[in-house]
Amino acid sequence: MASEPIGAEDLRLEFRLGLSPARRVLRRVKERSIEAGLFLAAASSVLVTLGIVGALVYESSTFFAHVSILEFLTSTQWTPQFADARFGILPLVSGTLVTTAVALFVAVPVGTICAVWLSEYATHRVREIVKPALELLTAVPTVVFGYFALLFVTPLLQRVFPELPGFNMLSAGLVIGLMVVPYVTSLSEEAMRSVPLALREGAYALGATRIQVAWRVVFPAALSGISASYILTVSRALGETMIVAIAAGMQAKLTLNPAEPAATITAYIVQVSLGDLVHGSIGYQSIFAAGLVLLLMTLGLNILGYLIQRRYREAY
Amino acid sequence: MLAGVRPGRRRLMDAAFLLLGAALIVLSLGTLAALLLDLVRDGLPRLTSGFLTSFPSRKPDQAGVKSAIVGTCAVMFVTAVTALPLGVASGIYLEEYARKNWRTAIIEINIANLAGVPSIIWGLMALGLLVYALGLKRCILTAGLTLGLLVLPIVIVATREAIRAIPQGIREGAYALGASRWQTVRHHVLPYSMSGILTGAIIAMSRAIGETAPLITIGALTYIAFLPPSPVTSSPPFVSLTWLESPFTVLPIQMFNWVSRPDARFHANAAAAGVVLMFITLSMNALAILLRYRSRRAIRW
Repeated sequence: MASEPIGAEDLRLEFRLGLSPARRVLRRVKERSIEAGLFLAAASSVLVTLGIVGALVYESSTFFAHVSILEFLTSTQWTPQFADARFGILPLVSGTLVTTAVALFVAVPVGTICAVWLSEYATHRVREIVKPALELLTAVPTVVFGYFALLFVTPLLQRVFPELPGFNMLSAGLVIGLMVVPYVTSLSEEAMRSVPLALREGAYALGATRIQVAWRVVFPAALSGISASYILTVSRALGETMIVAIAAGMQAKLTLNPAEPAATITAYIVQVSLGDLVHGSIGYQSIFAAGLVLLLMTLGLNILGYLIQRRYREAY
Repeated sequence: MLAGVRPGRRRLMDAAFLLLGAALIVLSLGTLAALLLDLVRDGLPRLTSGFLTSFPSRKPDQAGVKSAIVGTCAVMFVTAVTALPLGVASGIYLEEYARKNWRTAIIEINIANLAGVPSIIWGLMALGLLVYALGLKRCILTAGLTLGLLVLPIVIVATREAIRAIPQGIREGAYALGASRWQTVRHHVLPYSMSGILTGAIIAMSRAIGETAPLITIGALTYIAFLPPSPVTSSPPFVSLTWLESPFTVLPIQMFNWVSRPDARFHANAAAAGVVLMFITLSMNALAILLRYRSRRAIRW
């Protein structure tokens, strides 16, 4: 934040600098227009948000003129390509939730343990090497992860479970889990490292071991930051597109079994986009309605994470 | 509570956790290494110079990524031109000019939320707003704008962090010598934060290079066996912008195209395209890490 506004101080300064009145005016006009330009740049991000929301709501509203919201939210059939097209979002939501659940099943334990280890056990040098290395996982393009899920993880799983289909939510979820481990780790580790040393020293003075200090003192003290990291991770996993589009199949199916293929919201959007969209057709509008559901889910989670971080932050 | 367990067992658990944590980190990084090795093993036979200089083809052993590489470069140029000036200017405004009021609060919350919007939603925005509402074609310009807006929050956050690291004394020194606010920013704040901003810019571009989903929704998954028109022409004014309106393909889209084909021979092409893509993104990230490390050592306030 800037400390002081342009005002009386500047006038006095300009006077002392001995600027002529004309140059003083010129200087002020220049400063003001630069500030206005920078403000417009910063404000443009609000326009972008309005653009996103506007596009989704506008196209969805025409969709909901054809399909009732009640059917959209309660029907268990998603068959836009059939003659008797049905638009119930539940199968897509179930696919999204199952892949996300599998991902969390990997990312939360692995990410949390790695974070505790990096924060409480690792030396400074190890941390400086491991953290950037882990963050490389987020630099891998998701389409490469998709390739990995379809052509490496699935064949590997099929050796253990021979009846596993070639497209399944399990391998997609596992790979998403691997991808989001760094999100859990880096945010949780930061939260734990900001716990003051005095708390740890107090516990050590009472005879606690490192593992007890880590899990019974530092972990609870950093819980707000850690839960915020989980929530942001959920939001990442919900929105992941390419891994599920490549490895989990594109058929909408209401199932909670991760060993089956099923489409997520994101995979459905990809599937429709691959065909020839006719602008204004119901199939075209349905991807905006599905996208709106996804946006509301992730937006809700992001706000929740923000609130948790603010509400339950331990102040030291 | 603490003395409830015998000391020997407590120490054992401590050692066990030390090993568990190390094992999980090795496992995560090991999986990353396995991914890379798998990709290289599958793709290496196809990684000939012909692969880089051929267009996509129906015959898997003659297909290449020429149009994808040119497309990636062109789209990234538009992305950089969109995201960098806008992002750096926003970052400067929020750090150096903005007062603590509701306007600033709205902008800040908005940027934080934009950073969490799933990439496929950006694709829907591009389709609904840029393609249909504004009437842009499904071309390089649209793709570059979409990705530019997508990575904008990354550039803004990196700029703000870099600027915030500069001690207040630098600014006060400049003000004391009679510099205006913009002069202070232009001659002191920006040069000192340049390496941080550059690091953020590289990270943002490497993220944009790998993005696939937002480009699929604007219909980028087509057979492109030609290059966009050259930006340099032989007649005055010697530069031409028609390439912006050209259809395109990019590396991750080409890879997705190949990996989603049932014919397994195309999978080797997908792996080879993946190797090229990974080489680009990992070297950009390595460059960013190096830059951050060197600037941290070079500047001591």
